[in-house]
Amino acid sequence: MPNESWAWLIEKVIPSQRGAGRQIIDEVLARLQHHQWGSHDVFSVQLALEEAIVNAIRHGNRMDASKQVHVVCKMSPQRIFIEITDEGPGFDPEQVPDPTDDEHLECPGGRGIMLMRSYMSRVEYNETGNTVVMEKERTDLA
Amino acid sequence: MVVHRRMQVSEVGDVSVVRFVDRKILDEANIQELGQELFQLVEDDKRKKILLNFVSVEFLSSAALGKLITLDKKVKAHGGRLKLSNIRPEIYEVFAITKLNKLFDIKDDEADALAAF
Repeated sequence: MPNESWAWLIEKVIPSQRGAGRQIIDEVLARLQHHQWGSHDVFSVQLALEEAIVNAIRHGNRMDASKQVHVVCKMSPQRIFIEITDEGPGFDPEQVPDPTDDEHLECPGGRGIMLMRSYMSRVEYNETGNTVVMEKERTDLA
Repeated sequence: MVVHRRMQVSEVGDVSVVRFVDRKILDEANIQELGQELFQLVEDDKRKKILLNFVSVEFLSSAALGKLITLDKKVKAHGGRLKLSNIRPEIYEVFAITKLNKLFDIKDDEADALAAF
């Protein structure tokens, strides 16, 4: 959304370590709750943030301590924008198999991106596949 | 007596009923540990009937779903049965979106699940 005025912005660079996203996720959730976003919206944003940051650390940077993850979150009264960039080689999200296909239903992995797409209003990757942009429109009140 | 850190296990008849310690099953290290504890129930303790009671669980990530899928495979490989119960609507939605509600036998509450073994 061009020229949208964001009421709040947070930007952090986090290391490629397990749990490194905890602080920024907690800050974003606290902000949503402070502005009385509905519980389902808060759940949705938390799930998408958790999955996207874990993907960036684990699959993007492959837990490489020399690589970082860049996280930007912007909030307006009706929308949250999230951009997460890792320093890995990227990937093609179209090549990730559908985990709900019968042949993949019993595979332990591959559900994170699907959940992000289901719970957010928009999920897009850059051409390289190392940046994901997600947006969520506010749908209900607390 | 086996000490678990991520879950509590009680025996109801011949069913091992598991309740989770964490309200939010998110932390990767905790998920890893939870997986090991669940797998031990099947592989070491030879439990054939396992019920996972989600009453205390408010959130879980796809990595946690992965452990449940692996557990389901291990239980089936050992000729056992796995059931899930007390899943709150927000969490059930995650199972439904990923169609894992088709893979797992999910009951409304613990009594229903126990009766179905």
